[in-house]
Amino acid sequence: MTRVASALFSRLVIIIPYAWLLFFFLIPFFIVFRISLSQTAVAMPPYTPVFDLFGGLSGIVEKAREFSFDNYVWLTEDVLYFNAYVSSVIIAAISTLLTLLIAYPIAYGMAKAPKTVRPTLLMLVILPFWTSFLIRVYAWIAILKPEGLLNQFLLATGVIDQPLIILNTNWAIYIGIVYSYLPFMVLPIYSSLEKMDHTLTEAALDLGCTPFTAFWRVTFPLSLAGVVAGCLLVFIPAVGEFVIPDLLGGSETLMIGKTLWNEFNANRDWPVSSAVATILLLILVLPIVYFQNAQAKADSEGR
Amino acid sequence: MSKLIVTTLAAVVLAGSTMLASAQERVVNVYNWSDYIDSSILEDFTKETGIKVVYDVFDSNEILETKLLAGGSGYDVVVPTATFLQRQIAAGVFQKLDKSKLPNLSNMWDVIMERTAKYDPGNEYAVDYMWGTTGIGYNVDKMKAILGTDAKPNWDVIFNPELAAKFKDCGIHILDSPTDVMPSALAYLGLNPDSHEAADLEKAADLLASIRPYVRKFHSSEYINALANGDICLAVGFSGDVFQARDRAAEAKAGVTVDYAIPSQGAQMWFDMFAIPADAQHVEEAHAFLNYMMKPEVVAKASNYVFYANGNKASQQFLDKAVLEDTAIYPSDEVMQKLFTVTPFEAKEQRVLTRLWTKVVTGQ
Repeated sequence: MTRVASALFSRLVIIIPYAWLLFFFLIPFFIVFRISLSQTAVAMPPYTPVFDLFGGLSGIVEKAREFSFDNYVWLTEDVLYFNAYVSSVIIAAISTLLTLLIAYPIAYGMAKAPKTVRPTLLMLVILPFWTSFLIRVYAWIAILKPEGLLNQFLLATGVIDQPLIILNTNWAIYIGIVYSYLPFMVLPIYSSLEKMDHTLTEAALDLGCTPFTAFWRVTFPLSLAGVVAGCLLVFIPAVGEFVIPDLLGGSETLMIGKTLWNEFNANRDWPVSSAVATILLLILVLPIVYFQNAQAKADSEGR
Repeated sequence: MSKLIVTTLAAVVLAGSTMLASAQERVVNVYNWSDYIDSSILEDFTKETGIKVVYDVFDSNEILETKLLAGGSGYDVVVPTATFLQRQIAAGVFQKLDKSKLPNLSNMWDVIMERTAKYDPGNEYAVDYMWGTTGIGYNVDKMKAILGTDAKPNWDVIFNPELAAKFKDCGIHILDSPTDVMPSALAYLGLNPDSHEAADLEKAADLLASIRPYVRKFHSSEYINALANGDICLAVGFSGDVFQARDRAAEAKAGVTVDYAIPSQGAQMWFDMFAIPADAQHVEEAHAFLNYMMKPEVVAKASNYVFYANGNKASQQFLDKAVLEDTAIYPSDEVMQKLFTVTPFEAKEQRVLTRLWTKVVTGQ
């Protein structure tokens, strides 16, 4: 009897992530996708055709005939959208790389720290989350602006004699993204480093590796799962980032989040903005799926 | 599964009971701009009418519009800006006002009513709460240092490249909104500020492109803090926002003085309008609220608090002198003649406008 109950329980547990995926990803995505196939209208909601799932099958089929891919064709006609996607991906990639370079040593140091200190260090990494994200981004304005804290400090110490123009440039965006997403990179790397078997590194050193080669050939490959998870956690939200480039970046920075905002709010074109969002999702999902498949294949071949 | 049914039932019962409660208790759900009313007005309204006010705030027309267009917002009174109001009326978002329930309409100011009728013919759907202009916010001391004069600035400091260049290092911000900036650029060029012609708009975009190198940022809210902190010298912004910056700068006592100028070449007017959504649940109460807000002494109290001009003529005798005699809030008749209104852009025209604007702002 208990065995049946536990089998049932484990099935229920498996259902939870799938239900989550269904309700919070697939259904919202299909709503967005459906709008992307419609046309704008001066109405509530501002697009046609609109059908409700309770309108009967024939009604749905009839409405479905009105759907068209015009909005996707439109996206190819103006180079603006392509440029916005490309520049978003580039900015996200550079930010992810910078975050990795900063986060890895932090995570490494945490994993090497004495066991008693680790919980405190972990706490310190999570601590900034207790303040509102928006307030932290605003604080960077005060730090980076021409008369800001950073420039005051550098001028006072004589490192520079002209204030650095950082605010409203892409550098400010990188700083904002790296700062905001750093914990998302540190935590997965830390967790993969922490559970690593340290005797492996010792063996590598005994067998004649220099400390650096031991790190590069043993420690780093073993932490790769954490690195990949961290990179995805930073890269994906960074591509669609809106708040950080809006507050810290310059007006000339073209990112897909802003383009989407313009389509949705300035042009009131929900269908085109939905098409922009759908394409963005494809740009993000396809490489991830490909990457995961490749990794799974490599894993099974390695064993 | 049965648990799900129980929860659903519980939710239904709960929803039913709140509906019952709302039938007994009179409520009006108001959705207004943040920092836009003296809260004692709401308390007085409840005391006088017994209607409870559920007050919620937003900070951009876009957020309001998205909620309204999606439908079922749950609000009974909302306050869109007139340019947004017009297209929302066309989309069927609002219901016509029942003027028999609004006797205080007689207090309204015909000068403002005439202008709001451009957006809402016959003023059938909405009534003005506050209004203002889109002009120039500036740092008084730095302006004097750069131009060497005490005179209030006009559009030359923004649209004349030679002058704008002088403010480059000091910092210029411009609203990131083509519908709020392009009409003024058109007016500066001597063209019709309300032109929707692509050729005219391109001329205005060229003008903006010529001063683009001197503009630090296009953003629709950051200039409030930036002006107040002395980070920038000039901003093309909404009168009310600049007054807010002026007050914050004065409170901070850090030696920054901010002021607002209505440019002599003319400026765009904006109107924030009370309207009732078509799907409002408490229509009776919404009318009672609107009628109350049109009482001269009530709306005067609001204006004295927020430092905006209102559309109520009868309220002017109750206004503080600091409000009524400030020509940046209540401009002289001569300046009033130069203020213009614009009609909204249709979807295709809007797309042309947004695209031109993106080109100005990002260079792409």
